[in-house]
Parts: sequence; structure tokens; C-alpha cells
Amino acid sequence: MRIKQQLFPKTIEECIALLVEHEGKARVLAGGTDLFLWLKEGKAQAETLVDISLIEELKHFESDDKRMILGAALTHAEVAAHETVKSCFVALADGCRNVGSPQIRNIGTLGGNIVSAQPAADAVVPLVAMNAKCMIISASGKRTEDIENLFKGVGKSSVDPSRELITEIYVSKPAGRYGTGYVRMAPRDAMALPVVNAAVMVVARDGTITEARIVTSPVAVVPFRTKRAESSLIGKHVDDLSALGAAAQLAEREAQPRDSKVRGSGEYRKSLVKDIVERALIKAVEQIG
Amino acid sequence: MQNFACTINGKPVHIEVDPSKSLLDVLRKDLHLTGAKKGCGEGECGACTVLLDGLPVNSCIIPVMTANGREILTIEGLADNGELHPIQEAFIEAGAVQCGFCTPGVILSAKYLLDKYENPTKQEIMEELSGHLCRCTGYLQFYDAVHLAAQKIRHKGIKT
Ligand SMILES: Cc1cc2nc3c(=O)[nH]c(=O)nc-3n(C[C@H](O)[C@H](O)[C@H](O)COP(=O)(O)OP(=O)(O)OC[C@H]3O[C@@H](n4cnc5c(N)ncnc54)[C@H](O)[C@@H]3O)c2cc1C
Ligand code: FES
Ligand code: FES
Repeated sequence: MRIKQQLFPKTIEECIALLVEHEGKARVLAGGTDLFLWLKEGKAQAETLVDISLIEELKHFESDDKRMILGAALTHAEVAAHETVKSCFVALADGCRNVGSPQIRNIGTLGGNIVSAQPAADAVVPLVAMNAKCMIISASGKRTEDIENLFKGVGKSSVDPSRELITEIYVSKPAGRYGTGYVRMAPRDAMALPVVNAAVMVVARDGTITEARIVTSPVAVVPFRTKRAESSLIGKHVDDLSALGAAAQLAEREAQPRDSKVRGSGEYRKSLVKDIVERALIKAVEQIG
Repeated sequence: MQNFACTINGKPVHIEVDPSKSLLDVLRKDLHLTGAKKGCGEGECGACTVLLDGLPVNSCIIPVMTANGREILTIEGLADNGELHPIQEAFIEAGAVQCGFCTPGVILSAKYLLDKYENPTKQEIMEELSGHLCRCTGYLQFYDAVHLAAQKIRHKGIKT
């Protein structure tokens, strides 16, 4: 690998202009916790790294009663420690808190986590459960996409970092009362990839569930929504623990994890899915109260 | 090659670097600051930890240019005129150093921890030091060392 230069645009426009100028030979660099190793190992090529760490707009954070906006270059450490994130979407704070180690969280970013497209990415699984969207900017314009739809396979994203930049992530705050939950199983509490993880969001009106989103990973090549389990919860009361258990059982049936030498057998991980989905649902309904 | 300017252990540094290199390789090979160690070279072990603008990072997976214009603290910058920093003393006294390979990194994370919390709990110590592997000590000595360091710092009334 030969990196010729690392450039530091100060604005989004400058960043896009640099990507255009270097036509396919440049690539967006955020924390580099994934990209630098890929470059070293020859799994990715780029002569010019367009470092986005000095673009202030990408560190933006905003929250009102309708939505929360997170800049794509916020680090996992920043998101995990953010009081608003902890109180409004604890699943995201918990996901970010579980990435790698303190050293990785101090530099790894939300945008990098999305574009690296690992199905069990710890920030992305909660973002999908929260129905988050993001803004993608390139020389040909802007588009807003559901984060869920950006995944094309393991390590494959529809965002092309040699042309495109994720700038912001949007999360709508549901109209009713709602709660989120994240649970992760790993061989140890730090520096270990998840055996399985699950994130959920439950929305309720007058104690009755009106919407549920349940995501579990890695049980497919993309973060996986167990949609039958989700719809089984509609109309149920938030205190109905047996309904939560039944939904978790459906999630177990829907999930099809493969045998993995690193993560464990498919059968074992399938049965874990039930347990962690149930625990995540309980966390979420507790916030609805 | 690219121009690289930063502050390392309080001193300004201006050199030319190969932007393909990691911050760790430049510290060790170009600047001969061999305190930060290369264990895994993949962000897994923490031996290469330095403080970048006050935050612990794995210098082995950071492209050197990422540190351009920023402040770096390595273990060489901790002692004051040959006198050990209280955290260094505490690690020695608590038996938290054996072969010493992990030690520079662990001490820098401990410094960040003690800058953040005057008197960290066991849980806080465990979380902040969780990105370090140690082949020798068995880890428990790290709790004693950090508590002892906190005491020493309070006694001396110094800012770490
Ligand atoms: C030791 C270690 C442990 C790890 N543990 C975990 C873990 O437990 N959980 C987990 O989820 N991940 C883990 N990771 C993976 C990684 O740290 C995260 O995915 C991180 O969020 C990547 O962010 P980054 O800023 O470092 O991305 P980079 O490495 O800078 O970039 C990753 C990819 O995204 C592109 N990119 C980055 N930002 C943008 C943007 N704004 N717009 C468009 N493209 C962009 C880059 O071009 C590249 O293709 C680990 C990594 C290491 C080295
Ligand atoms: S050498 Fe950098 S983390 Fe192991
Ligand atoms: S003292 Fe030997 S690795 Fe920690």
C-alpha cells in the first residue's frame, strides 16, 4: 500500500471537490480504525485519503421534541457519553459503549460504522431499530436514505466513499411513548466481537403497543429485522410479559445464524437470539413505564 | 512525503513523513520514541497507546497524518526532569509492572482516567483499562496501582 497524501478539507463542499478532483483514487477517511488496516492489508486501495476530522459540520448534534440529528463524524465515545442520547435513545448509547475498547471508541465514528457494513456493527444495529436515516452528499446531489437500506451484504455498502459522504444521521422521535433496548452477547465485555446482538424500539399509546422494530445480528448478511416478531406485538399491552416472550420466540424462529468458528454454532446462537431479544424488549417497555 | 507538524510531549516537532505509515511507526522509527510498543499492530492489545489531544488511542492503527497539528503525549513525556510521575511510582510500588511491555500504554490510559476522575471506582478503572492486554500481571494489580496513584496525586496536590 502506498498512500500519497492525506488531505484535510474544512467543509463538506471542499471534501466533495477533493473526491471529484482525485476521481476514484481518493477515499473518505474518518477514524481509520477499519480503513487503515484494509489499506495495509491491500483489501482497499486509495492514493489520497480525504480526512473528514476537521469538518466541524460533521460533529454537529441537535435534538428537539421531534428528532435527533447526529453528525456522521461523531465518535462512539462522544455518542455513548451524550446525555441526550442516553435519555432519548439508550440503545444507541449502549451500542456505541460496546464498540471495541476506549481507544477504538475515541477515534471510530458513526459514519465509518455504517459504511464498513458489518452486519453486527454495534452502532448500526440500534440505528436500524430506531429507523434512522442519513444524508448522503456527492457531486451529483444529496439523497436521504434509510440506514437499513444501505447494507448490500457483509462489508458491502451502497455508499461509495470514493464519491460520497455521509454527513448526518436523523432519528425521528416517535409520537407516542417509546423505549429502546440493546443487548449484546460476547465472550467478554471488551474487545470481543458479538456472538449475537439485538436492538429494539417499542412505541405505545395508552399502554398499547402501536409499533415495534426488532433487529438482531449477525444472523444474516445484513442487520436482520424479525418482522413476524415485530407484528406479533402490535395491539399488545406493554405490561404483557408473555407477549414479549412470544415475540422473542418468533424472532428465534426467524433468525438463521450460520455456524461460525469464531462466534459459535448456529443452533447455539439461534437460542441466544430469543434470550437477548426478550431482554431488549423488557428494557424498552420499562422506559415506557 | 508530507510535512507533519505536531506537539509531542510538549515540544514542537516538524518533520517529513510517509503518509502510509502509522503514528506508532513514526514515533518509534523516525523519532526514536520507543516507549510506545508494537504488540499486535491491529488495535487489539493497547501496547501502542498514546494520548492524542488528551484521549487514549491506538497509535498502530492511526495514519501518522491524523495527528498533524495535534498534541501527543507518550510515556517519555510523563517523568519530570528524571523524577517519575506519581502514576509511574504507583505502578512500580503496587507490583503492576512485570515484563513492562504493556506498561507504557496502561499508564497513559490510567493518566486519562485520573485526569477525568479524582478517585475512580473499580468499575471505572475496569472500563477505562479494558483496551489493554497484559500477559504477566493478572490485571488485579492495576486496581491497586490506580488507587495508589490517586492517593499520591491528592497528597502532592499536583495536577497530573
Ligand atoms: C480492534 C478493533 C475492534 C473493533 N471492535 C468493534 C466492535 O466491537 N463493534 C463494531 O461495531 N466495530 C468494531 N470495530 C470496527 C470499527 O472500529 C468501527 O466500524 C468504526 O465505527 C469505524 O469507524 P471509523 O471512523 O474508524 O471508519 P474508517 O476506518 O475511517 O472508515 C471505514 C469505512 O467508511 C468510510 N467512511 C467513513 N466515514 C464516512 C462518511 N462520513 N461518509 C462516507 N464514507 C465514510 C471509509 O471510506 C471506509 O470505507 C473494531 C475495529 C478494531 C480495529
Ligand atoms: S500494537 Fe496497537 S493495539 Fe496492539
Ligand atoms: S507486564 Fe508484561 S504484559 Fe503486562
